[in-house]
Amino acid sequence: MSGAPVPLTLFRFVRFPLTHVDFMTDATATMAFDAALAQRMKVLRKLRLNDMFFAALTRAAAYFVLLLLGAVFISLIFGGREAAMKFGLGFLSSQSWNPVTENFGGLAPIYGTIVTSFIAMLIAVPVGLGIAIFLTETCPPVLRRPIGTAVELLAGIPSIIYGIWGLFVFAPFLQRTLQPTLIDAFANIPVLNTLFAGPPYGIGMLTASFILAIMVLPFITAVARDVFDTVPPMLKEAAYGVGCTRWEVVSSIVVPYTRVGIIGGVMLALGRALGETMAVTFVIGNAHKIAPSLFAPGTTISATIANEFTEAVGDVYTSSLILLGLILFVITFIVLALARLLLYRLEKQGGTK
Amino acid sequence: MTTARYTRRKHKSTLWMGLCIGATVFGLTWLVLVLGTLLYKGFEGFSVAVFTQMTPPPGSDGGLLNAIFGSIVMTFAGVAVGSPIGILAGTYMAEYGRHAKLTSVVRFINDILLSAPSIIVGLFVYTVLVAPVGHFSALAGAASLAVIVIPVVTRTTEDMLLLVPNQLREAASALGLPRAVVIRKIAYKAARAGMITGILLAVARVSGETAPLLFTALNNQFWSMDLSKPMSSLPAVIFQFALSPYADWQRLAWVGALLITFAVLALSILARTLSGRNAT
Repeated sequence: MSGAPVPLTLFRFVRFPLTHVDFMTDATATMAFDAALAQRMKVLRKLRLNDMFFAALTRAAAYFVLLLLGAVFISLIFGGREAAMKFGLGFLSSQSWNPVTENFGGLAPIYGTIVTSFIAMLIAVPVGLGIAIFLTETCPPVLRRPIGTAVELLAGIPSIIYGIWGLFVFAPFLQRTLQPTLIDAFANIPVLNTLFAGPPYGIGMLTASFILAIMVLPFITAVARDVFDTVPPMLKEAAYGVGCTRWEVVSSIVVPYTRVGIIGGVMLALGRALGETMAVTFVIGNAHKIAPSLFAPGTTISATIANEFTEAVGDVYTSSLILLGLILFVITFIVLALARLLLYRLEKQGGTK
Repeated sequence: MTTARYTRRKHKSTLWMGLCIGATVFGLTWLVLVLGTLLYKGFEGFSVAVFTQMTPPPGSDGGLLNAIFGSIVMTFAGVAVGSPIGILAGTYMAEYGRHAKLTSVVRFINDILLSAPSIIVGLFVYTVLVAPVGHFSALAGAASLAVIVIPVVTRTTEDMLLLVPNQLREAASALGLPRAVVIRKIAYKAARAGMITGILLAVARVSGETAPLLFTALNNQFWSMDLSKPMSSLPAVIFQFALSPYADWQRLAWVGALLITFAVLALSILARTLSGRNAT
């Protein structure tokens, strides 16, 4: 980074043009001085105005960001008020979704959102942490950058691409291989035979969870790598010094030291998973019912909105969808806020050390 | 006996570290699988017509020209509107209000907006810009993309300006430069590479966005340059064509998917190399 040269023209404004005044007679000198002073004040006033204007502009932009969040909340409340008044709290506990009788309840999508995100986290957290551990502890330095970049590319692929891939490649694959195997394997085991009950559609809750897991994986890895790097080398070296194995260093030094950051990263990923739309819309099957089997099609809040919003006829239908959006926003807001607060607390600790 | 314990500990360590390698292989497999399928299926339907013809009705030949055009227009408009606001907000946080209460509040809210579900942004713009007007429009699509751009640019601008050494600002102020000039001529110049990276990342992020466009810009089978009318976009066309039962539509969806993925990945790699050079 190099200091940019100050454009010379700027000095014009600030230099005091006094040097030639000293040799003049008193009267002309005063006049020249006054003129120069007036000129200078004018320029300074202009600069000050300019400065105030720019400061006000940036401050306004900062307020605009706050306003944006407020506006999102207000518009969703406004859009969902009709459904909220009609169904009240029953909206949260009703499973019916009937556009004909205009009777709507959000339980199925809310259930789908939470269950798919939860299963996605079950898969993504260990894998994401594993990748981060590999990259920070055992990876040969030559491979660290390419593998790190490749994992981050996973986050760069647009969500609709995961959707189309999930629908045409992954779902048929699961339908042919994993699903029949699991259904057969667990056919006689009490709880598992309801969780993994046929028929194997390919698309469904489990497929959506898998795709979600792949999508949030890079977020967990990114945060975990960052916090793993904050572990003081002395701590690790001391542990190695008393004879710890690599795994013991990771499990009893690195992970406990970075606990808060890991939880923050996981929550961040959860926030993403809860709101993920397009990928899920393709593979979830969009069925408004709660089935005990994970192979059954279901729906999530975002998939319901994406699928039905443009086709929604009537105010109550539209309003119900916006109300669902509000519920999703509140849930993700809470999760993301907690994640950020945890990560900020960590940053602050790092700063005072 | 102690040897047995050492061996056990060693084996345990090898096992867990092996699992970590397994996790990495698992993660990278998905990347290879997704990109491989895209290349295979995308090139299958690839032809010049993709860039010269409009989206076809089912059963006839066609291309994606109107969708490509719509995507570029709306992405450009969204970034053109969103990034100045983001840059200004980031400037306030890093320069004028570095220690202000407002800054920490804005940073918190901005970070939440950064990961907020994009479909919510679509609903928001729908209630503000589509429902009152009564029809879908490319303008609303661009606005929803702008809402997604703002937090990305705000975040990177703040981060990059905070990296500029304070001595640089102090030296400029000592010469008598007003604050606004110090920021615009000195701080911006020093942080330029990073700020451009932020904008590139924002472009990459929004060009693949589908959810907010579905009920703001909707879609359009035809060529349209009118910002007050519905406009086609690649992601929306992929969504519509992929879920259709027609084989030729599905083929075009894969071509679109290939185009968009490689555009996005190229942008993010470009952004990464830019920022990498800046950081070292």
